[in-house]
Amino acid sequence: MTEMAQQTTATSPGHVEYVMRMGDNALILGQRTAEWCGHSPVLEEDMALANMALDLIGQARMLLTHAGRLEGRGRDEDALAFQRNEPAFRNLTLCELPNEDFARTMLRIALFSRFQLLLWERLLSSTDSELAAIAAKSIKEARYHAQHSGDWVVRLGDGTEESHRRAQAALDYLWPYTAEFFIPSAADEAAAEAGVGPLWSTLEADWEAAVRPLLEEAMLSLPAPVPFRSQGKFGRHSEHMGHLLAEMQYLQRIHPGARW
Amino acid sequence: MYTQALDLPQQNPEGRPPSLAENPAWQAEFDAKIDAGGFIEPKDWMPEAYRKTLVRQISQHAHSEIVGMLPEGNWISRAPTLKRKAILLAKVQDEGGHGLYLYAAAETLGVSRDKLTDALLSGRAKYSSIFNYPTLSWADVGVIGWLVDGAAIMNQIPLCKCSYGPYARAMVRICKEESFHQRQGFDALLQLMQGTEAQREMVQDAVNRWWWPSIMMFGPHDSDSTHTGQNTRWGIKRISNDDLRQKFIDATVKQAEVLGVTLPDPELKWNEQRGHYDFGRIDWEEFWNVVNGHGQCNVDRLAARRKAWDDGAWVREAAMAHADKAARRAQAAA
Ligand SMILES: [Fe+2]
Ligand SMILES: [Fe+2]
Repeated sequence: MTEMAQQTTATSPGHVEYVMRMGDNALILGQRTAEWCGHSPVLEEDMALANMALDLIGQARMLLTHAGRLEGRGRDEDALAFQRNEPAFRNLTLCELPNEDFARTMLRIALFSRFQLLLWERLLSSTDSELAAIAAKSIKEARYHAQHSGDWVVRLGDGTEESHRRAQAALDYLWPYTAEFFIPSAADEAAAEAGVGPLWSTLEADWEAAVRPLLEEAMLSLPAPVPFRSQGKFGRHSEHMGHLLAEMQYLQRIHPGARW
Repeated sequence: MYTQALDLPQQNPEGRPPSLAENPAWQAEFDAKIDAGGFIEPKDWMPEAYRKTLVRQISQHAHSEIVGMLPEGNWISRAPTLKRKAILLAKVQDEGGHGLYLYAAAETLGVSRDKLTDALLSGRAKYSSIFNYPTLSWADVGVIGWLVDGAAIMNQIPLCKCSYGPYARAMVRICKEESFHQRQGFDALLQLMQGTEAQREMVQDAVNRWWWPSIMMFGPHDSDSTHTGQNTRWGIKRISNDDLRQKFIDATVKQAEVLGVTLPDPELKWNEQRGHYDFGRIDWEEFWNVVNGHGQCNVDRLAARRKAWDDGAWVREAAMAHADKAARRAQAAA
């Protein structure tokens, strides 16, 4: 990521939104995952969950910084993280849902990291060289997240009656939100056109191929399809998002212009 | 490996049994090693009282790291920038890592982490009472790094040369990270002090609340301390409470000047004759109240640890059950 390699002009507004959406996914899921620090079932998981949250927040910083440059309105990572309202955030709804319990937490990371991994793989050859550099760094992190969360999904699915019940309940709850990953969008069209990144809708088959064997190994059954489509990536979020932002943004909001 | 870490075997099979305490030859060997400034290792014979003292001290230290994750953890979700969020999260994670090294050191003395955890959760074991104070503003995070990690370093540097090898080695690693924490805390405060009036007030308020509890971290005055004599003989305690406290105060006054904050002690002034700062009377009644469970957060901190443990029971059980099943499946396949 040398100065030379940094792309500072967006090929289209869709390009900016594409990068911002990825940054928001990482930020919001990082914020949620960090809630576990100090409260995990076992000390090793306090460490592992903090690790994953740190990776995600690190990715968010790079992606939002890059999105801000592409946008060219002088917004840095913090302006984007702390000064936008709900509708301006473009993360997948899945990322903002409450942790609930360890099963939902790990299953969410398992589902999301497998999606993110596919994106990073494609983005290695992005025409946006900065985005390609971010992908090269982040892909190793996503592999670890997929591995660690996947191991837990299997442990929980296979473990005890209670852990199986919780893992299945987590899957039943989260599964409907995964359809949002693949809804076509204008930003995707523009980004794909310019060679910035893939249409997210084209990743569905590969994602299912990565997710199904995991769920099978964990002996979890796939919920029946539902017509519901969440819309977080278009700026229409769940009720949880406002609370998450109220907490995350509070200091910047009550001390406008202060530096930290 | 996770399942093993939950309950380690009790005894190094090659070690001499610790119950045979009355062997003059072994005692002489032990004394000679201590006198020569050498390390006692898990396989070595040691007096039972030495082992017990170490278990108590190391486990209290481990519990302090774990409970200490809570007050600063209180600000992770509200950190004001992404960089500060990452720094704070990494710091709290480090404290968890310190807990892990220390539990591992305690386990070399034949106690399991599960047993020690149980002692904490049942309220039998103590942890540093500094963590029973609340974190009320973002500046508390910086002040904890500066003063609390700072005091911890003063207390812990002598332990890097403690006579018990595994404890000493854990402390070397921990001290490196603690001094990093202290610098980060100071840096966060410097930034705030260069900020708005409201930010400077936030820092001063946090300093007012944390100063006295921080200097209480060194424990009772030497004249009132139990254990000290024997622990010094054993090479577990190398510098007295009052000497450490004085050293900390002398170093901190200058840092407070750099920051531009006032330490809340009107009697704090340089004593030319002593070559140290004089300071006011410590409120030991408050100290003992908090130690004995009557600080603002004692109940909440322990409740948070219990909740994490109880809510996590099904997860730990699932991991064990899966490991069992996987082992049985592997056996059946072989
Ligand atoms: Fe620590
Ligand atoms: Fe620390």
